[in-house]
Amino acid sequence: MMKYAYYPGCSLKGTAIDYHASTLALAGRLGIELVELEDWVCCGASPAHQRNPILAAGIANLLLSLSSGVSSQIAVLCAACYHNMKKAEEEMRRDGRHRNEVEALTGIRFDPEVRTRHFLDILDKDLGLAALKEKVVRPLEGLRVACYYGCLLSRPPIIAFDDPEVPEIMERVLRAAGAEPVNWTHRLECCGASHAVPLTDAVLRLVNDILISARDAGAEIVSCACPLCQANLDMRQDEIRKKLGVTHNLPVVYFTQLLGIACGATGEDVKIRKGMVSAEPLLRFKNLL
Amino acid sequence: MSKIGVFVCHCGENIARTVDTERVARAASRIRGVAFATDYKYMCSDPGQAKIKKAIADYGLTGVVVAACSPHMHEKTFRKAVEEAGVNPFLCEMANIREHCSWVHEREEATTQKAIELVRLMVEKVKRNTALTPVRVQVTKRALVIGGGVAGIQAALDIADGGHEVVLVEKEPSIGGHMAQLSETFPTLDCSQCILTPKMVDVGSHPRIKLHTYSEVEKVEGFVGNFRVTVRKKARSVDINKCTGCGECQMKCPSKKIPSEFDRGLRNRTAIYIPFPQAVPARPVIDREHCIYFTKGKCKVCQKVCPAGAVDYEQTDEYVEEQVGAIVVATGYDLYTVDKQGPYPEFLGYGEYGYGQDPDILDGLQFERLASASGPTGGKILRPSDGKEPKSIVFLKCIGSRHPSKGIFFCSKTCCMYTAKHTMLYKHKVHDGQAYVFYMDIRSPGKNYDEFVRRAIEEEGAIYLRGRVSRIYRAGDRLIVKGADTLSGAAVEVEADMVVLATAMMPQPGIEKLFQKLGISYDEYKWASEAHPKLRPVECATAGIFLAGAAQGPKDIPEAVAQASGAASKVLVMFSHDEMLREPVVARVNENTCIACWYCLEVCPYKAISKKEIRDRKGNLIKRVAEVNPSICTGCGTCAATCFSNSVDLDGFTDEQLYSEINSLMAVGQDLFAEPDKGEPAEGEARAA
Repeated sequence: MMKYAYYPGCSLKGTAIDYHASTLALAGRLGIELVELEDWVCCGASPAHQRNPILAAGIANLLLSLSSGVSSQIAVLCAACYHNMKKAEEEMRRDGRHRNEVEALTGIRFDPEVRTRHFLDILDKDLGLAALKEKVVRPLEGLRVACYYGCLLSRPPIIAFDDPEVPEIMERVLRAAGAEPVNWTHRLECCGASHAVPLTDAVLRLVNDILISARDAGAEIVSCACPLCQANLDMRQDEIRKKLGVTHNLPVVYFTQLLGIACGATGEDVKIRKGMVSAEPLLRFKNLL
Repeated sequence: MSKIGVFVCHCGENIARTVDTERVARAASRIRGVAFATDYKYMCSDPGQAKIKKAIADYGLTGVVVAACSPHMHEKTFRKAVEEAGVNPFLCEMANIREHCSWVHEREEATTQKAIELVRLMVEKVKRNTALTPVRVQVTKRALVIGGGVAGIQAALDIADGGHEVVLVEKEPSIGGHMAQLSETFPTLDCSQCILTPKMVDVGSHPRIKLHTYSEVEKVEGFVGNFRVTVRKKARSVDINKCTGCGECQMKCPSKKIPSEFDRGLRNRTAIYIPFPQAVPARPVIDREHCIYFTKGKCKVCQKVCPAGAVDYEQTDEYVEEQVGAIVVATGYDLYTVDKQGPYPEFLGYGEYGYGQDPDILDGLQFERLASASGPTGGKILRPSDGKEPKSIVFLKCIGSRHPSKGIFFCSKTCCMYTAKHTMLYKHKVHDGQAYVFYMDIRSPGKNYDEFVRRAIEEEGAIYLRGRVSRIYRAGDRLIVKGADTLSGAAVEVEADMVVLATAMMPQPGIEKLFQKLGISYDEYKWASEAHPKLRPVECATAGIFLAGAAQGPKDIPEAVAQASGAASKVLVMFSHDEMLREPVVARVNENTCIACWYCLEVCPYKAISKKEIRDRKGNLIKRVAEVNPSICTGCGTCAATCFSNSVDLDGFTDEQLYSEINSLMAVGQDLFAEPDKGEPAEGEARAA
């Protein structure tokens, strides 16, 4: 049994509860043990590093230290959490002066052995695609998926676990589960999540572009790895119809939900009904539910 | 008893900012054997050197320690000054309290203490220095030039015109380099081939230039003035003397679908080919990887059609040894990989721009070929995908330049100018077309350079947008270029028919292997390093090896040519003497203790050690010992470190000297000071009692 410390982060316990549920459902079926960190806190997401970069790194340092005694590898799902923790970890490893400042602020020693790992990377490198394939009981055959990375998952290069500008890891993993990833243009475009409140119109335009690109490439469903991307792409479709006059009706799910189903989890297990644009009819049509 | 003088330099503020130089001088004056110590703002300046000379005369100094910068910087300067004052130059040493101390530490007590210790150990060494005389060696007045681009061509011509023989080695089948691929050149728009090919012909026909094309430097032995270079002449499969260059073979060759390197894949070539019509030598070569005969064992069409009977499939690589006195490295550059990933894992590619995926996205050299009258389209700007004329074209600058997240920190220097040129060439050929340029900065310092860029913008109507491009998409017939205009603060999208990436320069992949053979240093990108960035820009730190052109770093044609002539003149200066002086730091064998185990002979990288027989008067062999040839020995010390019987020592770096340096650090405060520190300097100068 592979064992990892698991940091869900705030989103996965709230708006992205389906990401959390599907991750646990999938991990259990793959023989991956995820031990949730005790007493974890918010990663600081976007406000912390804008306010005080040392403090932001300090939060990450605290989270990294919580894994001690469980595993030196921390599995993270949310793209923003991963981004923050990995960046802090790499910067502390590379810059001794910065590390000293962070350690002085938090009173916690940084363990250079600790590694923040995105769950996609764990599936690809630690578990391996061959082992994943073996666990697939309901191949996602004929499911044309647009794999969406957004901006945070692979960039900047310091945090990347695949080519930062042309990643293929999500396609690789979903292909192993039998899906047919489409080749599309807007895989790494920003969905505008952080401008959702002040500049809603701009966000609608960005999301619309992304969904059009996915649709034109023949995608039936969008797979993503970030709670904010998922919420934005999923929830804006109604508003886009009203304001821009474009109808989409494209389900947006997490890669863990698709993999979970492929590995035998039920729709209930992966909370497939949580999305605003339901993926249920499509998955039923493909005989996956 | 030694009488050593210690001279502590402030180096302006460089040393004095962090090291208490006055105190260093005062402490030095109390070291046993030091007769005089002082400090001064610029020891290397004329008044500084005068201080040293005066002290030598006044105090009868037997040795000098200058506590200042690295010996790389000024050892020669100070040794010369000492020599002028009548003391053997090898009795002068430098204590490096700048690079090894003041530059790397904060201003604190320990820094000054470290400077004092560095001085003390050097004093202990100088006490044991002996007077040495430079070794005289003959100079072979023949030069090797590696690389036949414009820099190598210029260097070879200058040296040959100066009256000396030159061996020019080029790894491709023809000389000419990247310049032969260019269409027109900035800032005058004269045709690149028109100005280069006459020079290529001059090289080919020069009585004093021996040309090895399709050849590589295999091995380099020897030292300045006396290099022995082994050149591997790769099997051309064509007898270059029989061949008349008629071209019949490449007309008939059935293997026609090989992307031409010269046209950067925009046109195909045959397996037996002359890379371009103006090639020197205008002789074909068989590309054995693609030749049907070599891959499948059948064909031989070229041999059948050759009227001169020059095709020779049995040819093998040939090794030629050349004796030369100086080497000019002019290996040039390659393009930065704009594909997804290049040959160096530490530098990222540009997958986001889709080069190599979409035929209408070109690199800078491909555009040169498109615009060239001898190129695949005869000089018409046409899209590779469908042969249509692009009405909207976007140029992206800084692809592989100044991009820290890709691992590249340097500026490739030429792209601003060649992009301005590209927009003009485009406008001259597609009158109703529009060129857009995404740029970070426009760097155009150079004679008539900025005028040229202004002309591109103001007269020829190129639209310059300040910002980078995030991504390029194909949308039907067109390419969508998404970028930012940071001056207006807006995101912009340009619909383009063609995109050109202003590709940066990188060293030739694997060039470090050649640099290692030559024993010259290079930086983290593998650009060759010059001996001094300002004052010795065309010389390597390794004596007798010079740099020309982009092997040293990105350069345009005028700069490469200027540097090549500079390197050539350095070679000619060297060749104006019949013999030269070499540092006498060489190994010496103690014949009394040598046990003739020959380990030194085996480890010597320079083959400087031989077996010597000692005989009595009657000619009876008494013993065999190792002997060092001082004109070959470079003083690397490998033999001294290997010797089992401790019989080899290095002049100037004897075991005794090194141990006394170390001892001086171990024995701090014991016996070294003649008297306790009373802390009373006299005007910054102090004398030992």
